[in-house]
Amino acid sequence: MSDFDVKYVAHLARIALTPEEEVKIGGQLHDILGYIEKLKALDVTGVEPTAHAFPLSNVFRADEVTGSLTNAEALANAPSKANGLFIVPKIVE
Amino acid sequence: MLNQFTIAELTAKLQAKETSSREIVDACFKRIEAVDGEIKAFISHDRDDALRQADAADLLLRQGTTFREKPLLGIPIAIKDVLSVKGHPLNCCSKILGKYISPYDASVISKLREAGAVVFGRLNMDEFAMGSSTENSAFFTTRNPWDRSRIPGGSSGGSAASVAADECIASLGSDTGGSIRQPAALCGCVGIKPTYGRVSRYGLVAFASSLDQIGPFTKTVRDGAILLEAISGHDLKDSTSVPQPVPHYSSLLNGEIKGLKIGLPREYMVGGLDPEVQAATKKAVETLQSLGAEVVEISLPHTDYAVATYYIVATAEASANLARFDGIRYGLRVDGADPIELYSKTRGSGFGAEVKRRIILGTYVLSSGYYDAYYLRAQKVRTLIRNDFLKAFEKVDAIVTPTTPTPAFKVGEKSDDPLQMYLSDIFTISCNLAGICGMSLPCGFSKSPKLPIGLQILGKPFGEETMLNLAYAYEQNSSWHLEKPVL
Repeated sequence: MSDFDVKYVAHLARIALTPEEEVKIGGQLHDILGYIEKLKALDVTGVEPTAHAFPLSNVFRADEVTGSLTNAEALANAPSKANGLFIVPKIVE
Repeated sequence: MLNQFTIAELTAKLQAKETSSREIVDACFKRIEAVDGEIKAFISHDRDDALRQADAADLLLRQGTTFREKPLLGIPIAIKDVLSVKGHPLNCCSKILGKYISPYDASVISKLREAGAVVFGRLNMDEFAMGSSTENSAFFTTRNPWDRSRIPGGSSGGSAASVAADECIASLGSDTGGSIRQPAALCGCVGIKPTYGRVSRYGLVAFASSLDQIGPFTKTVRDGAILLEAISGHDLKDSTSVPQPVPHYSSLLNGEIKGLKIGLPREYMVGGLDPEVQAATKKAVETLQSLGAEVVEISLPHTDYAVATYYIVATAEASANLARFDGIRYGLRVDGADPIELYSKTRGSGFGAEVKRRIILGTYVLSSGYYDAYYLRAQKVRTLIRNDFLKAFEKVDAIVTPTTPTPAFKVGEKSDDPLQMYLSDIFTISCNLAGICGMSLPCGFSKSPKLPIGLQILGKPFGEETMLNLAYAYEQNSSWHLEKPVL
Protein backbone atom coordinates (compact mmCIF):
# COMPACT_ATOMS: atom_id res chain seq x y z
CA MET A 1 0.00 0.00 0.00
CA SER A 2 2.86 2.36 0.86
CA ASP A 3 4.23 1.85 -2.66
CA PHE A 4 0.95 2.90 -4.30
CA ASP A 5 1.97 5.22 -7.13
CA VAL A 6 -1.09 7.02 -8.45
CA LYS A 7 0.77 8.34 -11.48
CA TYR A 8 1.85 4.87 -12.58
CA VAL A 9 -1.53 3.21 -11.99
CA ALA A 10 -3.35 6.05 -13.78
CA HIS A 11 -1.04 5.42 -16.73
CA LEU A 12 -1.93 1.71 -16.66
CA ALA A 13 -5.61 2.74 -16.66
CA ARG A 14 -5.00 5.18 -19.54
CA ILE A 15 -6.30 8.16 -17.59
CA ALA A 16 -4.43 11.47 -17.86
CA LEU A 17 -4.49 13.24 -14.49
CA THR A 18 -3.61 16.87 -13.80
CA PRO A 19 -1.00 17.42 -11.07
CA GLU A 20 -3.82 18.60 -8.74
CA GLU A 21 -5.81 15.43 -9.43
CA GLU A 22 -2.75 13.29 -8.73
CA VAL A 23 -2.46 14.84 -5.28
CA LYS A 24 -6.18 14.71 -4.47
CA ILE A 25 -7.03 11.29 -5.91
CA GLY A 26 -3.74 9.84 -4.65
CA GLY A 27 -4.56 10.95 -1.09
CA GLN A 28 -8.13 9.68 -1.23
CA LEU A 29 -7.05 6.32 -2.61
CA HIS A 30 -4.44 6.06 0.10
CA ASP A 31 -7.24 6.37 2.71
CA ILE A 32 -9.46 3.89 0.88
CA LEU A 33 -6.62 1.37 0.57
CA GLY A 34 -6.00 1.82 4.28
CA TYR A 35 -9.63 0.93 4.96
CA ILE A 36 -9.47 -2.08 2.64
CA GLU A 37 -6.47 -3.42 4.59
CA LYS A 38 -8.96 -4.78 7.13
CA LEU A 39 -9.58 -7.77 4.85
CA LYS A 40 -6.07 -8.96 5.69
CA ALA A 41 -7.23 -9.70 9.23
CA LEU A 42 -9.42 -12.53 7.97
CA ASP A 43 -8.20 -16.08 7.55
CA VAL A 44 -9.26 -17.19 4.08
CA THR A 45 -7.22 -20.39 3.95
CA GLY A 46 -9.09 -23.02 1.96
CA VAL A 47 -11.93 -20.66 0.97
CA GLU A 48 -12.94 -20.85 -2.71
CA PRO A 49 -13.20 -17.45 -4.46
CA THR A 50 -16.63 -16.32 -5.73
CA ALA A 51 -16.57 -14.70 -9.16
CA HIS A 52 -20.32 -14.94 -9.70
CA ALA A 53 -23.05 -15.62 -7.17
CA PHE A 54 -24.77 -18.05 -9.55
CA PRO A 55 -22.17 -19.41 -11.94
CA LEU A 56 -23.74 -20.93 -15.04
CA SER A 57 -21.43 -22.98 -17.17
CA ASN A 58 -21.69 -23.98 -20.82
CA VAL A 59 -24.34 -21.46 -21.78
CA PHE A 60 -25.12 -22.25 -25.40
CA ARG A 61 -27.72 -21.09 -27.85
CA ALA A 62 -28.74 -22.59 -31.17
CA ASP A 63 -26.16 -21.89 -33.87
CA GLU A 64 -28.42 -19.67 -35.92
CA VAL A 65 -27.64 -16.44 -37.70
CA THR A 66 -29.60 -13.55 -36.19
CA GLY A 67 -29.70 -9.85 -36.94
CA SER A 68 -26.96 -7.47 -35.82
CA LEU A 69 -26.12 -3.81 -36.31
CA THR A 70 -25.42 -2.71 -39.86
CA ASN A 71 -22.12 -1.04 -40.67
CA ALA A 72 -23.83 2.36 -40.77
CA GLU A 73 -25.54 1.78 -37.38
CA ALA A 74 -22.27 0.63 -35.80
CA LEU A 75 -20.52 3.76 -37.06
CA ALA A 76 -23.32 6.17 -36.26
CA ASN A 77 -21.77 7.28 -32.94
CA ALA A 78 -18.15 7.30 -34.13
CA PRO A 79 -16.17 10.48 -33.36
CA SER A 80 -14.28 10.06 -36.65
CA LYS A 81 -15.05 7.76 -39.58
CA ALA A 82 -14.51 7.33 -43.33
CA ASN A 83 -15.29 4.65 -45.93
CA GLY A 84 -17.23 2.56 -43.43
CA LEU A 85 -14.31 2.49 -40.97
CA PHE A 86 -13.29 4.14 -37.71
CA ILE A 87 -10.45 6.64 -38.12
CA VAL A 88 -7.68 6.25 -35.51
CA PRO A 89 -4.25 7.82 -35.08
CA LYS A 90 -1.35 6.15 -36.84
CA ILE A 91 -0.32 3.01 -34.96
CA VAL A 92 2.53 1.60 -37.10
CA GLU A 93 5.15 3.87 -38.64
CA MET B 1 -53.77 14.41 -10.84
CA LEU B 2 -53.65 11.18 -12.86
CA ASN B 3 -49.88 11.25 -12.35
CA GLN B 4 -50.43 10.55 -8.64
CA PHE B 5 -52.04 7.16 -9.18
CA THR B 6 -50.43 3.73 -9.14
CA ILE B 7 -50.09 1.25 -12.01
CA ALA B 8 -52.82 -0.93 -10.47
CA GLU B 9 -55.21 2.05 -10.16
CA LEU B 10 -54.51 3.36 -13.66
CA THR B 11 -54.89 0.03 -15.43
CA ALA B 12 -58.31 -0.28 -13.73
CA LYS B 13 -59.25 3.21 -14.94
CA LEU B 14 -58.03 2.47 -18.45
CA GLN B 15 -59.93 -0.80 -18.49
CA ALA B 16 -63.10 1.00 -17.38
CA LYS B 17 -62.45 3.61 -20.10
CA GLU B 18 -62.43 6.37 -17.46
CA THR B 19 -59.24 7.79 -18.87
CA SER B 20 -56.72 7.38 -21.69
CA SER B 21 -52.99 6.80 -21.85
CA ARG B 22 -52.67 10.23 -23.50
CA GLU B 23 -54.29 11.88 -20.48
CA ILE B 24 -51.96 10.01 -18.11
CA VAL B 25 -48.86 10.92 -20.11
CA ASP B 26 -50.07 14.53 -20.31
CA ALA B 27 -50.52 14.64 -16.56
CA CYS B 28 -46.95 13.37 -16.02
CA PHE B 29 -45.53 16.01 -18.39
CA LYS B 30 -47.55 18.78 -16.69
CA ARG B 31 -46.09 17.66 -13.40
CA ILE B 32 -42.57 17.58 -14.82
CA GLU B 33 -43.04 21.11 -16.13
CA ALA B 34 -44.29 22.26 -12.75
CA VAL B 35 -41.73 20.66 -10.42
CA ASP B 36 -38.71 19.31 -12.28
CA GLY B 37 -37.02 22.69 -12.42
CA GLU B 38 -36.52 22.19 -8.70
CA ILE B 39 -36.27 18.39 -8.43
CA LYS B 40 -34.07 17.89 -11.52
CA ALA B 41 -34.85 14.19 -11.83
CA PHE B 42 -34.82 14.21 -15.65
CA ILE B 43 -31.85 15.11 -17.79
CA SER B 44 -34.03 14.93 -20.91
CA HIS B 45 -37.39 13.71 -22.18
CA ASP B 46 -39.16 13.51 -25.49
CA ARG B 47 -42.78 14.46 -25.12
CA ASP B 48 -43.81 13.80 -28.72
CA ASP B 49 -42.33 10.33 -28.64
CA ALA B 50 -44.16 9.56 -25.38
CA LEU B 51 -47.46 10.84 -26.78
CA ARG B 52 -47.02 8.71 -29.91
CA GLN B 53 -46.63 5.63 -27.72
CA ALA B 54 -49.64 6.71 -25.64
CA ASP B 55 -51.80 7.08 -28.75
CA ALA B 56 -50.71 3.64 -29.94
CA ALA B 57 -51.69 2.22 -26.54
CA ASP B 58 -55.06 3.98 -26.66
CA LEU B 59 -55.69 2.50 -30.10
CA LEU B 60 -54.93 -1.00 -28.82
CA LEU B 61 -57.27 -0.41 -25.88
CA ARG B 62 -60.05 0.66 -28.22
CA GLN B 63 -59.40 -2.44 -30.31
CA GLY B 64 -59.93 -4.60 -27.25
CA THR B 65 -56.40 -5.50 -26.11
CA THR B 66 -56.63 -6.65 -22.50
CA PHE B 67 -54.32 -6.11 -19.52
CA ARG B 68 -53.90 -9.87 -19.37
CA GLU B 69 -52.17 -9.60 -22.75
CA LYS B 70 -50.36 -6.33 -22.03
CA PRO B 71 -50.19 -5.70 -18.26
CA LEU B 72 -48.64 -2.21 -18.57
CA LEU B 73 -50.65 -0.96 -21.53
CA GLY B 74 -50.55 2.84 -21.64
CA ILE B 75 -48.58 3.29 -18.38
CA PRO B 76 -45.69 5.82 -18.58
CA ILE B 77 -42.48 4.46 -17.12
CA ALA B 78 -39.32 6.58 -16.92
CA ILE B 79 -35.83 5.19 -17.45
CA LYS B 80 -32.47 5.67 -15.73
CA ASP B 81 -29.79 7.05 -18.06
CA VAL B 82 -27.89 3.74 -17.96
CA LEU B 83 -30.32 1.71 -20.08
CA SER B 84 -30.32 1.66 -23.89
CA VAL B 85 -33.51 2.93 -25.53
CA LYS B 86 -33.25 2.80 -29.31
CA GLY B 87 -32.99 6.24 -30.94
CA HIS B 88 -32.66 8.05 -27.61
CA PRO B 89 -29.58 9.57 -25.96
CA LEU B 90 -27.61 7.56 -23.41
CA ASN B 91 -25.00 9.31 -21.32
CA CYS B 92 -24.70 7.44 -18.01
CA CYS B 93 -24.61 11.04 -16.78
CA SER B 94 -21.02 11.24 -18.01
CA LYS B 95 -19.31 13.62 -20.41
CA ILE B 96 -17.48 10.75 -22.07
CA LEU B 97 -20.46 9.50 -24.06
CA GLY B 98 -20.85 12.81 -25.88
CA LYS B 99 -23.88 12.77 -28.16
CA TYR B 100 -24.31 8.98 -28.06
CA ILE B 101 -27.64 7.65 -29.35
CA SER B 102 -28.54 4.04 -28.50
CA PRO B 103 -28.70 1.84 -31.60
CA TYR B 104 -30.88 -0.80 -29.89
CA ASP B 105 -33.28 -1.41 -27.01
CA ALA B 106 -32.11 -3.05 -23.78
CA SER B 107 -33.97 -6.32 -23.14
CA VAL B 108 -35.91 -4.77 -20.24
CA ILE B 109 -37.04 -1.99 -22.59
CA SER B 110 -38.19 -4.56 -25.19
CA LYS B 111 -40.11 -6.30 -22.41
CA LEU B 112 -41.73 -3.03 -21.26
CA ARG B 113 -42.74 -2.33 -24.84
CA GLU B 114 -44.20 -5.84 -25.24
CA ALA B 115 -46.17 -5.22 -22.04
CA GLY B 116 -47.54 -2.01 -23.60
CA ALA B 117 -45.74 0.57 -21.44
CA VAL B 118 -44.97 4.11 -22.58
CA VAL B 119 -41.18 4.25 -22.17
CA PHE B 120 -39.90 7.79 -21.68
CA GLY B 121 -37.26 10.13 -20.26
CA ARG B 122 -33.64 9.91 -19.19
CA LEU B 123 -33.33 9.98 -15.40
CA ASN B 124 -30.39 11.50 -13.56
CA MET B 125 -27.86 9.33 -11.75
CA ASP B 126 -24.32 9.31 -10.44
CA GLU B 127 -21.90 9.00 -13.36
CA PHE B 128 -21.77 5.34 -14.46
CA ALA B 129 -23.90 4.48 -11.40
CA MET B 130 -20.96 5.22 -9.09
CA GLY B 131 -22.22 7.11 -6.09
CA SER B 132 -24.92 7.41 -3.46
CA SER B 133 -26.27 10.92 -4.00
CA THR B 134 -26.38 11.90 -7.74
CA GLU B 135 -23.70 14.47 -6.89
CA ASN B 136 -21.40 12.59 -9.28
CA SER B 137 -23.67 13.30 -12.25
CA ALA B 138 -21.95 15.35 -14.96
CA PHE B 139 -25.27 17.21 -15.44
CA PHE B 140 -26.59 18.32 -12.05
CA THR B 141 -27.61 17.03 -8.63
CA THR B 142 -31.18 15.78 -8.23
CA ARG B 143 -32.94 17.09 -5.14
CA ASN B 144 -34.88 15.09 -2.59
CA PRO B 145 -38.59 15.89 -3.03
CA TRP B 146 -39.05 15.91 0.76
CA ASP B 147 -36.32 18.49 1.34
CA ARG B 148 -34.64 20.19 -1.60
CA SER B 149 -31.47 20.90 0.36
CA ARG B 150 -30.88 17.15 0.57
CA ILE B 151 -29.74 14.43 -1.80
CA PRO B 152 -32.24 11.89 -3.19
CA GLY B 153 -29.77 9.04 -2.75
CA GLY B 154 -28.02 7.30 -5.57
CA SER B 155 -26.98 6.16 -7.87
CA SER B 156 -30.58 5.92 -9.18
CA GLY B 157 -31.53 9.24 -7.56
CA GLY B 158 -33.53 10.49 -10.54
CA SER B 159 -35.49 7.24 -10.68
CA ALA B 160 -36.49 7.55 -7.02
CA ALA B 161 -37.18 11.30 -7.00
CA SER B 162 -39.32 11.15 -10.17
CA VAL B 163 -41.59 8.51 -8.62
CA ALA B 164 -41.74 10.24 -5.23
CA ALA B 165 -42.60 13.55 -6.93
CA ASP B 166 -45.29 11.90 -9.10
CA GLU B 167 -43.51 12.91 -12.32
CA CYS B 168 -44.03 9.38 -13.62
CA ILE B 169 -46.01 6.34 -12.53
CA ALA B 170 -42.97 4.11 -12.06
CA SER B 171 -39.36 3.97 -13.19
CA LEU B 172 -36.44 1.63 -13.76
CA GLY B 173 -33.05 1.87 -12.11
CA SER B 174 -30.03 -0.35 -11.52
CA ASP B 175 -28.49 -1.62 -8.29
CA THR B 176 -24.84 -2.66 -7.90
CA GLY B 177 -24.41 -1.99 -4.18
CA GLY B 178 -27.70 -0.39 -3.16
CA SER B 179 -28.37 2.01 -6.03
CA ILE B 180 -32.08 1.12 -6.12
CA ARG B 181 -32.82 0.44 -2.45
CA GLN B 182 -30.93 3.41 -0.93
CA PRO B 183 -32.60 6.14 -3.05
CA ALA B 184 -35.98 4.39 -2.71
CA ALA B 185 -35.55 4.58 1.08
CA LEU B 186 -34.41 8.21 1.07
CA CYS B 187 -37.23 9.37 -1.23
CA GLY B 188 -39.98 7.21 0.30
CA CYS B 189 -40.86 4.79 -2.48
CA VAL B 190 -40.61 1.08 -3.16
CA GLY B 191 -37.42 -0.14 -4.85
CA ILE B 192 -36.55 -3.73 -5.73
CA LYS B 193 -33.18 -5.31 -6.50
CA PRO B 194 -33.95 -8.70 -7.98
CA THR B 195 -31.84 -11.84 -7.46
CA TYR B 196 -28.73 -11.81 -9.65
CA GLY B 197 -29.74 -13.39 -12.96
CA ARG B 198 -33.47 -12.75 -12.54
CA VAL B 199 -33.50 -9.81 -14.98
CA SER B 200 -31.46 -9.60 -18.19
CA ARG B 201 -28.66 -7.03 -18.17
CA TYR B 202 -28.49 -6.80 -21.97
CA GLY B 203 -28.48 -3.10 -22.86
CA LEU B 204 -27.55 -1.99 -19.32
CA VAL B 205 -24.21 -0.16 -19.44
CA ALA B 206 -22.03 -2.43 -17.30
CA PHE B 207 -20.49 -1.15 -14.07
CA ALA B 208 -19.70 -4.36 -12.13
CA SER B 209 -21.04 -7.26 -14.12
CA SER B 210 -21.21 -9.79 -11.28
CA LEU B 211 -23.21 -7.37 -9.07
CA ASP B 212 -25.42 -5.27 -11.40
CA GLN B 213 -29.17 -5.88 -11.59
CA ILE B 214 -31.98 -3.78 -13.06
CA GLY B 215 -35.09 -3.22 -10.96
CA PRO B 216 -38.27 -1.16 -10.51
CA PHE B 217 -39.17 1.95 -8.49
CA THR B 218 -42.86 2.20 -7.68
CA LYS B 219 -45.34 3.84 -5.31
CA THR B 220 -46.61 0.55 -3.86
CA VAL B 221 -45.47 -3.03 -3.36
CA ARG B 222 -48.18 -4.29 -5.73
CA ASP B 223 -46.85 -2.04 -8.50
CA GLY B 224 -43.33 -3.31 -7.76
CA ALA B 225 -44.56 -6.88 -8.22
CA ILE B 226 -46.30 -5.98 -11.50
CA LEU B 227 -43.25 -4.25 -12.91
CA LEU B 228 -40.78 -6.89 -11.70
CA GLU B 229 -42.89 -9.57 -13.35
CA ALA B 230 -42.82 -7.63 -16.63
CA ILE B 231 -39.01 -7.29 -16.77
CA SER B 232 -37.94 -10.68 -15.36
CA GLY B 233 -36.96 -13.79 -17.24
CA HIS B 234 -34.25 -15.63 -19.09
CA ASP B 235 -32.68 -13.87 -22.08
CA LEU B 236 -30.45 -15.45 -24.71
CA LYS B 237 -28.64 -12.11 -24.97
CA ASP B 238 -27.43 -12.25 -21.35
CA SER B 239 -25.61 -15.48 -20.55
CA THR B 240 -25.84 -14.70 -16.81
CA SER B 241 -29.63 -14.52 -16.85
CA VAL B 242 -31.01 -17.63 -15.19
CA PRO B 243 -33.47 -19.94 -16.99
CA GLN B 244 -36.07 -20.04 -14.20
CA PRO B 245 -39.78 -19.53 -14.75
CA VAL B 246 -41.13 -16.13 -13.66
CA PRO B 247 -43.83 -16.41 -10.97
CA HIS B 248 -46.95 -14.30 -11.30
CA TYR B 249 -45.68 -12.07 -8.49
CA SER B 250 -48.62 -9.66 -8.33
CA SER B 251 -51.31 -12.35 -8.07
CA LEU B 252 -49.34 -14.11 -5.34
CA LEU B 253 -49.61 -11.14 -2.98
CA ASN B 254 -52.03 -12.11 -0.24
CA GLY B 255 -50.51 -10.54 2.88
CA GLU B 256 -50.59 -13.92 4.58
CA ILE B 257 -47.33 -14.13 6.53
CA LYS B 258 -48.35 -16.24 9.53
CA GLY B 259 -45.49 -18.51 10.54
CA LEU B 260 -42.93 -16.87 8.25
CA LYS B 261 -39.59 -16.58 9.98
CA ILE B 262 -37.83 -13.24 9.68
CA GLY B 263 -34.21 -12.81 10.70
CA LEU B 264 -32.80 -9.73 12.41
CA PRO B 265 -29.03 -9.63 11.94
CA ARG B 266 -27.44 -8.46 15.18
CA GLU B 267 -24.54 -6.93 13.22
CA TYR B 268 -26.88 -4.37 11.63
CA MET B 269 -27.91 -2.68 14.85
CA VAL B 270 -24.58 -0.92 15.06
CA GLY B 271 -23.22 2.38 16.24
CA GLY B 272 -23.84 5.14 13.70
CA LEU B 273 -27.42 3.99 13.22
CA ASP B 274 -29.72 7.00 13.53
CA PRO B 275 -32.07 6.60 16.54
CA GLU B 276 -35.18 7.44 14.49
CA VAL B 277 -34.18 4.88 11.83
CA GLN B 278 -33.61 2.32 14.56
CA ALA B 279 -36.99 3.07 16.15
CA ALA B 280 -38.85 2.90 12.82
CA THR B 281 -37.23 -0.45 11.99
CA LYS B 282 -38.14 -1.82 15.40
CA LYS B 283 -41.77 -0.73 15.01
CA ALA B 284 -41.96 -2.27 11.55
CA VAL B 285 -40.66 -5.57 12.91
CA GLU B 286 -43.30 -5.42 15.66
CA THR B 287 -45.98 -4.92 13.00
CA LEU B 288 -44.75 -7.96 11.07
CA GLN B 289 -44.73 -9.88 14.33
CA SER B 290 -48.30 -8.85 15.10
CA LEU B 291 -49.28 -10.22 11.69
CA GLY B 292 -47.95 -13.63 12.63
CA ALA B 293 -44.33 -13.54 11.51
CA GLU B 294 -41.84 -15.13 13.84
CA VAL B 295 -38.76 -13.06 14.64
CA VAL B 296 -35.40 -14.79 14.96
CA GLU B 297 -32.10 -13.14 15.82
CA ILE B 298 -29.44 -14.17 13.34
CA SER B 299 -25.78 -13.44 12.77
CA LEU B 300 -24.05 -12.37 9.56
CA PRO B 301 -20.54 -12.40 11.03
CA HIS B 302 -18.69 -11.00 8.00
CA THR B 303 -20.88 -7.89 7.67
CA ASP B 304 -18.05 -5.62 8.75
CA TYR B 305 -15.97 -6.72 5.73
CA ALA B 306 -18.65 -6.10 3.10
CA VAL B 307 -17.79 -2.50 2.18
CA ALA B 308 -14.07 -3.28 1.76
CA THR B 309 -14.86 -6.40 -0.29
CA TYR B 310 -17.29 -4.47 -2.45
CA TYR B 311 -14.84 -1.68 -3.23
CA ILE B 312 -12.32 -4.23 -4.48
CA VAL B 313 -14.68 -6.44 -6.49
CA ALA B 314 -16.78 -3.61 -7.94
CA THR B 315 -13.86 -1.37 -8.88
CA ALA B 316 -11.91 -4.27 -10.42
CA GLU B 317 -14.86 -5.14 -12.62
CA ALA B 318 -15.47 -1.46 -13.41
CA SER B 319 -11.86 -0.93 -14.49
CA ALA B 320 -12.32 -3.70 -17.07
CA ASN B 321 -15.84 -2.69 -18.15
CA LEU B 322 -15.03 0.99 -18.56
CA ALA B 323 -11.99 0.25 -20.72
CA ARG B 324 -14.38 0.42 -23.69
CA PHE B 325 -14.70 4.19 -23.29
CA ASP B 326 -11.54 4.98 -25.21
CA GLY B 327 -12.60 7.61 -27.75
CA ILE B 328 -12.42 5.27 -30.71
CA ARG B 329 -15.88 3.92 -31.49
CA TYR B 330 -18.29 6.34 -29.84
CA GLY B 331 -18.58 9.35 -27.62
CA LEU B 332 -16.00 11.95 -26.76
CA ARG B 333 -12.57 11.94 -28.42
CA VAL B 334 -9.66 14.16 -27.41
CA ASP B 335 -6.95 13.79 -30.04
CA GLY B 336 -3.42 12.75 -29.22
CA ALA B 337 -0.19 12.06 -31.11
CA ASP B 338 -0.58 8.30 -30.69
CA PRO B 339 -3.37 5.96 -29.55
CA ILE B 340 -2.21 5.87 -25.92
CA GLU B 341 -2.21 9.66 -25.69
CA LEU B 342 -5.64 9.75 -27.33
CA TYR B 343 -7.03 7.22 -24.81
CA SER B 344 -5.49 8.96 -21.81
CA LYS B 345 -6.59 12.45 -22.78
CA THR B 346 -10.09 11.29 -23.74
CA ARG B 347 -10.54 9.42 -20.47
CA GLY B 348 -8.85 12.12 -18.42
CA SER B 349 -11.25 14.79 -19.64
CA GLY B 350 -14.34 12.59 -20.14
CA PHE B 351 -14.56 10.86 -16.76
CA GLY B 352 -15.47 12.63 -13.51
CA ALA B 353 -13.48 12.36 -10.28
CA GLU B 354 -15.32 9.40 -8.71
CA VAL B 355 -15.12 7.32 -11.89
CA LYS B 356 -11.40 8.04 -12.20
CA ARG B 357 -10.87 7.08 -8.56
CA ARG B 358 -12.66 3.79 -8.98
CA ILE B 359 -11.01 2.84 -12.27
CA ILE B 360 -7.57 3.58 -10.79
CA LEU B 361 -8.38 1.59 -7.64
CA GLY B 362 -9.72 -1.30 -9.74
CA THR B 363 -6.66 -1.24 -11.97
CA TYR B 364 -4.42 -1.33 -8.91
CA VAL B 365 -6.14 -4.29 -7.20
CA LEU B 366 -5.93 -6.27 -10.44
CA SER B 367 -2.34 -5.33 -11.26
CA SER B 368 0.55 -7.74 -11.21
CA GLY B 369 1.83 -8.27 -7.69
CA TYR B 370 -1.37 -7.07 -6.00
CA TYR B 371 -3.98 -9.35 -7.57
CA ASP B 372 -3.68 -12.08 -4.91
CA ALA B 373 -3.48 -9.70 -1.98
CA TYR B 374 -6.51 -7.66 -2.98
CA TYR B 375 -8.74 -9.08 -5.71
CA LEU B 376 -8.39 -12.80 -5.02
CA ARG B 377 -8.67 -12.23 -1.27
CA ALA B 378 -11.81 -10.12 -1.77
CA GLN B 379 -13.36 -12.86 -3.90
CA LYS B 380 -12.72 -15.30 -1.05
CA VAL B 381 -14.26 -12.95 1.51
CA ARG B 382 -17.19 -12.65 -0.87
CA THR B 383 -17.66 -16.41 -0.47
CA LEU B 384 -17.71 -15.98 3.32
CA ILE B 385 -20.29 -13.18 3.06
CA ARG B 386 -22.46 -15.24 0.72
CA ASN B 387 -22.19 -18.26 3.01
CA ASP B 388 -23.34 -16.11 5.97
CA PHE B 389 -26.57 -15.43 4.10
CA LEU B 390 -27.09 -18.97 2.84
CA LYS B 391 -26.61 -20.23 6.38
CA ALA B 392 -29.04 -17.67 7.76
CA PHE B 393 -31.60 -18.63 5.12
CA GLU B 394 -31.56 -22.20 6.44
CA LYS B 395 -33.23 -20.77 9.54
CA VAL B 396 -35.30 -17.85 8.22
CA ASP B 397 -37.45 -17.02 5.18
CA ALA B 398 -36.33 -13.40 4.91
CA ILE B 399 -34.09 -10.89 6.65
CA VAL B 400 -35.24 -7.44 7.80
CA THR B 401 -32.91 -4.48 8.35
CA PRO B 402 -32.88 -0.70 7.97
CA THR B 403 -32.10 0.22 4.34
CA THR B 404 -29.80 3.09 5.29
CA PRO B 405 -28.11 4.14 8.55
CA THR B 406 -29.59 7.66 8.35
CA PRO B 407 -32.27 9.58 6.42
CA ALA B 408 -31.19 11.70 3.42
CA PHE B 409 -28.09 13.80 4.05
CA LYS B 410 -27.45 17.33 2.82
CA VAL B 411 -26.14 18.14 -0.63
CA GLY B 412 -22.37 18.60 -0.23
CA GLU B 413 -22.21 16.90 3.16
CA LYS B 414 -20.19 13.88 2.01
CA SER B 415 -19.13 14.79 -1.50
CA ASP B 416 -15.51 15.46 -0.50
CA ASP B 417 -15.09 12.29 1.51
CA PRO B 418 -15.50 9.22 -0.70
CA LEU B 419 -14.98 6.76 2.14
CA GLN B 420 -17.80 8.30 4.23
CA MET B 421 -19.99 8.17 1.13
CA TYR B 422 -19.16 4.48 0.66
CA LEU B 423 -20.04 3.71 4.28
CA SER B 424 -23.57 5.08 3.75
CA ASP B 425 -24.20 1.89 1.71
CA ILE B 426 -23.26 -0.39 4.57
CA PHE B 427 -26.65 -2.17 4.81
CA THR B 428 -27.28 -2.63 1.09
CA ILE B 429 -23.92 -3.82 -0.25
CA SER B 430 -23.88 -7.41 1.09
CA CYS B 431 -27.03 -8.29 -0.85
CA ASN B 432 -25.25 -7.76 -4.18
CA LEU B 433 -22.14 -9.62 -3.08
CA ALA B 434 -24.33 -12.57 -2.03
CA GLY B 435 -26.45 -12.33 -5.19
CA ILE B 436 -29.72 -12.53 -3.24
CA CYS B 437 -32.80 -10.32 -3.72
CA GLY B 438 -33.62 -7.24 -1.68
CA MET B 439 -36.04 -4.35 -1.55
CA SER B 440 -36.81 -1.17 0.34
CA LEU B 441 -40.22 0.17 1.30
CA PRO B 442 -41.35 3.12 3.41
CA CYS B 443 -41.52 2.44 7.16
CA GLY B 444 -41.69 5.91 8.70
CA PHE B 445 -40.42 9.47 8.76
CA SER B 446 -37.95 11.42 10.83
CA LYS B 447 -39.59 14.22 12.80
CA SER B 448 -37.76 17.38 11.93
CA PRO B 449 -37.11 17.72 9.09
CA LYS B 450 -39.67 15.19 7.86
CA LEU B 451 -37.68 12.68 5.79
CA PRO B 452 -38.61 9.17 4.68
CA ILE B 453 -37.13 6.08 6.34
CA GLY B 454 -36.84 2.78 4.47
CA LEU B 455 -37.18 -0.81 5.62
CA GLN B 456 -35.02 -3.33 3.80
CA ILE B 457 -36.26 -6.88 3.25
CA LEU B 458 -33.73 -9.38 1.93
CA GLY B 459 -34.92 -12.64 0.38
CA LYS B 460 -33.44 -15.96 -0.62
CA PRO B 461 -32.05 -16.39 -4.11
CA PHE B 462 -35.17 -16.33 -6.31
CA GLY B 463 -37.22 -15.76 -3.16
CA GLU B 464 -38.89 -12.61 -4.52
CA GLU B 465 -42.39 -14.03 -3.85
CA THR B 466 -41.87 -14.30 -0.10
CA MET B 467 -40.01 -10.98 0.09
CA LEU B 468 -42.79 -9.17 -1.79
CA ASN B 469 -45.51 -10.77 0.29
CA LEU B 470 -43.85 -9.69 3.54
CA ALA B 471 -43.56 -6.16 2.15
CA TYR B 472 -47.17 -6.26 1.02
CA ALA B 473 -48.38 -7.44 4.43
CA TYR B 474 -46.53 -4.56 6.09
CA GLU B 475 -47.76 -2.00 3.58
CA GLN B 476 -51.39 -3.10 4.05
CA ASN B 477 -50.96 -2.37 7.73
CA SER B 478 -49.23 1.00 7.43
CA SER B 479 -49.91 4.27 5.66
CA TRP B 480 -46.44 5.72 5.09
CA HIS B 481 -46.63 5.00 1.37
CA LEU B 482 -49.71 7.23 1.06
CA GLU B 483 -47.91 10.37 2.24
CA LYS B 484 -46.74 12.79 -0.43
CA PRO B 485 -44.03 15.45 -0.31
CA VAL B 486 -45.23 19.06 -0.47
CA LEU B 487 -44.08 20.47 -3.81
